[in-house]
Amino acid sequence: MADIAIAPRRAKTEIREATAWDQLKHNPNWLGFWFMVPALAFLIFFLAYPLGLGIWLSFTDTRIGRVGAYVGTENYEWLWDDAIFWLSVFNTLLYTFVASAIKFGIGLYLALLLNENMPFKAMLRALVLIPFIVPTVLSALAFWWIFDSQFSIISWSLKQMGLITENINFLGDTTWARICVIFANIWRGVPFVAITLLAGLQTVSPSLYEAAILDGATSWQRFRFITYPLLTPIIAVVMTFSVLFTFTDFQLIWAMTRGGPVNATHLMATLSYQRAIIAGQLGEGAAIASAMIPFLLAAIMVSWFGLQRRKWQQGESND
Amino acid sequence: MTDLPTSRIDLKAVLHSSAPTIAKDDHSEGMSYLQSVPRRMVTLYLPLSIIVVVLLFPFYWMGLTAIKPDEQLLDLDRYNPFWTWNPTFKHFYKLLFESHYPMWLWNTMYVAVCATILSIIASVLAAYAIVRLRYKGANLVGGLIFLAYLVPPSILFIPLATVVFQYGLFDSPMALILTYPTILIPFSTWLLMGYFKTIPFELEECALIDGASRWQILIKIVLPLAIPGLISAFIFCFTLCWNEFIYALTFLQSTSNKTVPVAIVNEFVDGDIYRWGSLMAGALAGSLPLVILYAFFVEHYVSAMTGAVKE
Repeated sequence: MADIAIAPRRAKTEIREATAWDQLKHNPNWLGFWFMVPALAFLIFFLAYPLGLGIWLSFTDTRIGRVGAYVGTENYEWLWDDAIFWLSVFNTLLYTFVASAIKFGIGLYLALLLNENMPFKAMLRALVLIPFIVPTVLSALAFWWIFDSQFSIISWSLKQMGLITENINFLGDTTWARICVIFANIWRGVPFVAITLLAGLQTVSPSLYEAAILDGATSWQRFRFITYPLLTPIIAVVMTFSVLFTFTDFQLIWAMTRGGPVNATHLMATLSYQRAIIAGQLGEGAAIASAMIPFLLAAIMVSWFGLQRRKWQQGESND
Repeated sequence: MTDLPTSRIDLKAVLHSSAPTIAKDDHSEGMSYLQSVPRRMVTLYLPLSIIVVVLLFPFYWMGLTAIKPDEQLLDLDRYNPFWTWNPTFKHFYKLLFESHYPMWLWNTMYVAVCATILSIIASVLAAYAIVRLRYKGANLVGGLIFLAYLVPPSILFIPLATVVFQYGLFDSPMALILTYPTILIPFSTWLLMGYFKTIPFELEECALIDGASRWQILIKIVLPLAIPGLISAFIFCFTLCWNEFIYALTFLQSTSNKTVPVAIVNEFVDGDIYRWGSLMAGALAGSLPLVILYAFFVEHYVSAMTGAVKE
């Protein structure tokens, strides 16, 4: 009976055999490949290939307008004896550590403050993020003007208050120049740290705090044993980004000091630009840039394994 | 049982607010500090306002310098530098009608829009394939794309300069339009992956059963549902492009091709003693488009920033 009922219908619309093309059209690997093509093309031609090329260039004596020959580790040997290079390494490490540590401290503090209940909360949060929106170079120019040797508003204010008698030579003195660029970097980085940590803070359930208050925990204990452990994963990610972008910073320094005075604020990125593009020694510049890679890998490793350990401690499933 | 703790907290809070001295005497923290106004002043409003003032002061200074007449700029003795009573738009006028500034603004805008659109298209396809097609090795590719996010432009600009030169793109906006996506694609792919994951898989299954192809599903079902994510990605990418400096500095040479950040640093910094006014006017005019965009899309912006970090 059932066969009779179905038979005429089957005769009308015959089910087509799935051709090889049909199968291919629904094969996730084949489709996935075509969906990935645009993104991978960009990343391979303009990221992976140049990355490899950069390492290769660091082993050659290429100059602008001249193809170089393989010279082995000569560039690195030069750099090993180059006091300016080591100064730039020192500057970069100093800049990264000091700026990142202070950015973390102030950023976390600001996030905790913004997490409180108060009037105009949304507007305050929006205002805080503005330094991060404005192009770094343009705000660096504002700092250049604020730290001007003759017409600095800071010098003027301090003089009016009677604290100093002479203008401070902010960007002309080696120590002051370092302090100024680090300050500008912190100024720009704090909003990012604060707003991302604030997003993490908002995911912490208030009931945990209520329970802790009932148990008589002080506000420091609540921060130390509830907020901080729950925030660790996001802190690890945010600080990785912060350290990475501080370590490879270029534009802030270039707009404010260009590495001066007497190379006191030269970072590895600015030094490699100066050697490669301005002096034309592409090979040597590439060697300086490649020398940054081990530091970056170390930073990524530290935060990555820190992150993994925390996840495991909290018993979260790794998704 | 469950409402017992809350009622106790309320009681405690009420108690402390009516008698704040008790909180001081027994040193118990409780929730009392939330209630007393003077303490809140010191622990919350004072530090917060100091930080906010420091964060915003450079913009105030930028704006003030841009509208100050020249003679007031450099004379700190006769005029109070923190305010001006006779603002002038001379610097802006000079900027807009006597320099290449409008052209630089146009270049920046053009490069940013093109690079952003290219990257969003590529990222939408990539993110959809990684999250929903789940081809072989999708997780590995996702991980590699995240690693690409961690490769900074500072170690790429030297080899990229030679690549750009080889492809004949040197000193043309195309050089930037094609290289910026390497910064933008990893970021926006991760952001969009997060968004696509939140769209119920059942919707796609329904469409598949109705005979829709993957392409139709992406265009007609997934994308309309992911519009907030697309806006976030677009705005953030646009901001990153506008902010980019080292590639633009290295790949562009002629004055008329430059983008705003590079042009301001290189072309405006000359021997003119009164340059500060026009320099700050240029910095302000270069920042305003982004700040206005940001003002309209604050929520999207924040979700873009935190979304990419959380993943």
